[in-house]
Amino acid sequence: MNILYKFLLIGTVLIVSACSNSNLFGRGADGSDLISGAGDVSDPRSPAYFQQTVGDRVLFVVDQSTLTTEGRAILDGQADWLNTNTEFNALIEGHADEQGTRDYNLALGGRRANAVQEYLVSRGVAETRLRIVSFGKERPIEICSEEACYAKNRRAVTVVSAGPVS
Amino acid sequence: MIRLFMCLCLAVAVLASPLRAQEGPLRIEITEGVIEPLPYAVPSFVPGNAAASELSANIARVIASDLNGTGLFRQIPDAAHISRITSFASPVQFSDWKAINAQALIVGAVDVDATGRVTVRFRLFDVFAGQELGQGLQLVGTTDGWRRIAHKVADQVYSRLTGESGYFDSRVVFVSETGPKGSRQKRLAIMDYDGANVTYLTDADALVLAPRFSPLGNKVLYTSYETGEPRIYELEVGSARRRPLESQAGTMSFAPRFAPDGRSLVYSLSQSGNTDLFRMDLGTGRSDRLTSAPSIETAPSFSPDGGQIVFESDRSGTPQIYVMPAAGGEARRISFGQGRYGTPVWSPRGDLIAFTKQSKGRFHIGVMRTDGSEERLLTASFLDEGPTWAPNGRVIMFTRETQGEQGSSNLYSVDITGRNLRQVATSTGASDPAWSPLQE
Repeated sequence: MNILYKFLLIGTVLIVSACSNSNLFGRGADGSDLISGAGDVSDPRSPAYFQQTVGDRVLFVVDQSTLTTEGRAILDGQADWLNTNTEFNALIEGHADEQGTRDYNLALGGRRANAVQEYLVSRGVAETRLRIVSFGKERPIEICSEEACYAKNRRAVTVVSAGPVS
Repeated sequence: MIRLFMCLCLAVAVLASPLRAQEGPLRIEITEGVIEPLPYAVPSFVPGNAAASELSANIARVIASDLNGTGLFRQIPDAAHISRITSFASPVQFSDWKAINAQALIVGAVDVDATGRVTVRFRLFDVFAGQELGQGLQLVGTTDGWRRIAHKVADQVYSRLTGESGYFDSRVVFVSETGPKGSRQKRLAIMDYDGANVTYLTDADALVLAPRFSPLGNKVLYTSYETGEPRIYELEVGSARRRPLESQAGTMSFAPRFAPDGRSLVYSLSQSGNTDLFRMDLGTGRSDRLTSAPSIETAPSFSPDGGQIVFESDRSGTPQIYVMPAAGGEARRISFGQGRYGTPVWSPRGDLIAFTKQSKGRFHIGVMRTDGSEERLLTASFLDEGPTWAPNGRVIMFTRETQGEQGSSNLYSVDITGRNLRQVATSTGASDPAWSPLQE
């Protein structure tokens, strides 16, 4: 009886921990696909509009985290959108291409995400609405091993959601 | 769910055998790399009873697989044997083994009792000297643990023939990879060094990276995205129980590695886009900053005496390798070749640092002395990275990823001479290996 009780208890713990894992990375956190419930792209207040019309990502030169002119223009649009739609918060994901070691690319993705965050803050977005994360080279959006793909993978993606920032 | 480590009780007893003075013993010199592998024979061990017959053949097969896998030894196939070993105690017909040029001969016997206890005895002979090399040994374990017994025998043979400790009774913790390149699923897994006995330590829900063994091999540090951002965790291998070590809001932590005494770890903490090295006392949970620079500092690894840390930094503009005191302080750059250097790992002997090098669009695994001299590149491919040392400092395992949309990761090993490059058998894709110490 005692052993059975323990067994049940362990089972319960496993179920609970499995549930707490339900919102983990790997389930659509990439920002590359249309987020279900992101709304109609024709609605300028929708995340879909932010993603496709405003532009949710900026690209970087190899090893760099400096924002390009094009990148800053996109981020100006993102800042305007975030300043208008204040019920949304943003997660900024930094990514690297596959040329580089895992550790270094994690750090590099952090730099890129931070560069975007700093720019958005400089354009008036409250820092408390923004959070950054690096995926290093773990989540390429393009999977060929050529510069055409690498260029798209060296990115920072701003994922907006109405939920809390963290 | 998690297979507990086999409780393998190994009793080592010296069999009745006179201690012989070794005059010019059979010895394979591995310092400069071996051109000609040493020919040897390992006939099926002699079963003491019917219950032991299958194990007898399997144990001899695993011993051979261990020795052949080093590239230092060449097995003479059973079909070529003239003598049959039918009794462990009978005198060896050395002339029969000389005739097929077996320089070393491994003879063994296996007994299995009613409780499943396995007793393995073995002897190693120098055929051309016509004498036993070292003393006969007896190892006791369980039927479940037969592979470990075989690895222990092979370690003994390796050590007697090379003069260096072996590495076969060891494990590798790694990241098992499944799914397409764009959405790969990663789980922590542990296996014997040769790919056998795989056990998963985490599920596929959270991305996991770069596990590292504790000095005793009973714990693993790794990085997981369980909370959404990369954070370092400590996991007990036996129970698969894990705990987060670093959970400061607004930070990411990764690249953890134990100190040689197992009481602290060094790792990277990224805050506001800047990545520095920190050292955490595992007893108190307190962290001290080791570096303070706007550059990236990551991939730290202790020297075996715990006095120094080798790490990767891009403070010069490109990623290079630096060494600093383990308490932090002035770092000196040791990599000066053309290209980018990363993931330095101090060898268990303390004499070399293994690293990843990126140069002219290719990746290499290499080794250099701890002052950066005598750099040697051991491999070259589209993407090689993340070296880990065999417990004897003679072999390096690493991740090799192939190019393109169908690209996949696998584990490879290579000798520190650059010879004997081979893929480690894994049933899924695999990356980020970390080699355990030799098991007790």
